Amino acid sequence: MRELIHRKLERTAIGFVLAIILAASVGGIVEIAPLFTIDETVEDVEDMRLYTPLELAGRNIYIREGCYACHSQMIRTLRDEVERYGPFSLAVESKYDHPMLWGSKRTGPDLARVGGKYSDFWHVAHLTNPRDVVPESNMPAYAWLARTPLRLDDLGSHLEAQRSVGVPYTDEMIENAARDAFGQAVPDSEQSSGVTERYGEETQVSAFDGVATRVTEMDALVAYLQVLGRLTKAAYQNTAAPEQVPDPSD
Amino acid sequence: MGQLTRRERDLAAAILLVLAIVGIAMAAAGRFDPLGVHGAVVLLYSLALLYLIMSSSFGPPPDPSRISRYYDDPIKVGVWFTLFWAIFGMFIGVWAAAQLAWPSLNFDTAWASFGRIRPAHTTGVIFGFGGNALIATSFHVVQRTSRARLADQLSPWFVLFGYNLFCILAVTGYFMGVTQSKEYAEAEWYADFWLVIVWVTYFVLYIRTLARRREPHIYVANWYYMAFIVVVAILHIINNLAVPVSLGHAKSYTIWAGVQDSMVQWWYGHNAVAFFLTAGFLAMLYYYLPKRAERPIFSYRLSILSFWGITFFYMWAGSHHLHYTALPHWVQNLGMTFSVMLLVPSWASAGNALLTLNGAWHKVRDDATLRFIMMAAFFYGLSTFEGSFLAVRPVNSLSHYTDWTVGHVHAGALGWVALITYGSLYTLVPAIWKRERMYSAALVEVHFWLAFAGTVIYVFAMWNSGIIQGLMWRTYTGEGTLAYSFVDSLVAMYPYYIARAFGGLLFLIGAVVATYNIWMTVRGVPALAERHDDVPVAAPLPEGAASGPAE
Repeated sequence: MRELIHRKLERTAIGFVLAIILAASVGGIVEIAPLFTIDETVEDVEDMRLYTPLELAGRNIYIREGCYACHSQMIRTLRDEVERYGPFSLAVESKYDHPMLWGSKRTGPDLARVGGKYSDFWHVAHLTNPRDVVPESNMPAYAWLARTPLRLDDLGSHLEAQRSVGVPYTDEMIENAARDAFGQAVPDSEQSSGVTERYGEETQVSAFDGVATRVTEMDALVAYLQVLGRLTKAAYQNTAAPEQVPDPSD
Repeated sequence: MGQLTRRERDLAAAILLVLAIVGIAMAAAGRFDPLGVHGAVVLLYSLALLYLIMSSSFGPPPDPSRISRYYDDPIKVGVWFTLFWAIFGMFIGVWAAAQLAWPSLNFDTAWASFGRIRPAHTTGVIFGFGGNALIATSFHVVQRTSRARLADQLSPWFVLFGYNLFCILAVTGYFMGVTQSKEYAEAEWYADFWLVIVWVTYFVLYIRTLARRREPHIYVANWYYMAFIVVVAILHIINNLAVPVSLGHAKSYTIWAGVQDSMVQWWYGHNAVAFFLTAGFLAMLYYYLPKRAERPIFSYRLSILSFWGITFFYMWAGSHHLHYTALPHWVQNLGMTFSVMLLVPSWASAGNALLTLNGAWHKVRDDATLRFIMMAAFFYGLSTFEGSFLAVRPVNSLSHYTDWTVGHVHAGALGWVALITYGSLYTLVPAIWKRERMYSAALVEVHFWLAFAGTVIYVFAMWNSGIIQGLMWRTYTGEGTLAYSFVDSLVAMYPYYIARAFGGLLFLIGAVVATYNIWMTVRGVPALAERHDDVPVAAPLPEGAASGPAE
């Protein structure tokens, strides 16, 4: 009987295509649609802050260089990961990440909580030649980032595009994007004060690449690395044990 | 292109002119951005094709009797594209693998660093090599199994050249740092948009050709090609919804964020494997295996079970990539459950293929081409078993983020996708160029052993390194502290990275051998006399020719 039905289906191309669409749609709808409606998918936290224009530019460099191919940004709920990297990642921490950078491979370590772990100087030395600080490293050198000036003039349109996909940047932030990026990497400039006003007192204003007169791609990337895991403190308040702790002796 | 009519040539020229103008507009709008470079690429590509069209438009009008034959010209060009992308993609792969052992092999340049060439390898191999092979073989299979000529002459060319323009934009973009970082979907918004146009044309062409078929039933291989075309379109559109920074920027921001983006991304990523790298290549298996073995497929019922099982189950399984992450627990478990169930339809196809060979094992021994196909079915069974196994939570906690996943992907890519493709090409090439046989059977044999050895070395190296790395990460000392630093686990990887690069190199050499063999077949081997059994059924046969079923 089943074979008969199928024999009929095989005779009509359009019917067959419709059947394929129907069969293939169910799984995606069941698994994806609820993620947008159920409140529990993403925790609600109050102290979640936005990437500054400089950090966002750094994030785009991180994407451009394919860093996600070797570094994950997702600490799983496993004992060894929590002990090695820090509290496990929460959904809210990547709430404004378009796209997410959870990754699927760790040729290098996870970076979800690398922010604040090392000095700016360490990061610059590491990016300039990884083997100077980690002799065994197989990471490429990114020395040229420090020689490349960061493009600032279009940062406003980046923030605007971010807003159109749901990140709550204000008009003021969009208007001052280029100034804020400059101010964050050039401490003591008149533009610096606006950054902390708009993005919060916790924002790190620093001559990231060690040169306090210009803004390079190195500034942006280090600024981004230093904010990873520090957009909210929610993960540190959540000290409950990981859902499942595999016994290492297994 | 000699078979194009005057009208078709004019239309092609008009399309290319429009494309050239789009290229100029992109170059102007994106003059401070990599988008401008891509504008120039589009312009040059359309001008080159325009030159080809113009130079052939002074030729004689096409022979009216062409309608009584299959339209194989685009397939021939598709085969060359396939061979080119194979060597390119595998070369980049070997290079990237070598960089993991010797990081200075990027020669201090930005464009050649691992993070930029890694997607060039993936796209070059999956979309360049795999995609062109799928398009070329689908044009071949749909005509033969429908016993009808392709529905028109222009759209196959549009699909083929349009698709390769997409591949070129994607790959050249990665070298410039243009990527949206979504696995298997790194190309940016304008390339994605162009692919939608190409893909819809492909779908329409396919359906129109099926509508002309002289067989009441749609042959199994075409079910898989249809599922491949239709579902890839759905996946591509939903995964790539994004807002560009401006029309002059190559950069865009995907509309999905964080946890939702992770689910959409893996729903796409897993099903790109399902419908691009599995369904499409199963279509090849279901046509070229029975053809080459000269035996019918073992079981029609198993074919049905396998087809609908794969189409339905696969779409649920993507979330198994996100075990122990911030994705809600119930979705993770649902993904695991369906991944395990997927084993049934997958093994139905693998078993169906191997049982088809029952009674033809002597052919497998003597014919390296058939051995390619058999070994592909074997690796398909192996990888799908491994896939279901890796989806189980505790196993996944060990394997995820390590080379085990890389090894799994390559057992599928090298052992299944590439072997079935070469098996199909060795069957297809003599058929469409009307040659008696391949130039050298010995070289097919050499290629088989290079490919097989390369795959085995690669996969074993990655199994070892993945499991070692996963275990090192979770090993504790007697005092209850972590026993190894991350760098310790990295140091342990170096010998395996070198072994992996060597396995990949063997596979690459095999691809070069295949290309040479196919080149010599087309050039040298004597052509058969015009074959009267390889024509559409509707065609009037020349007098005296024996008529009979085409396939």
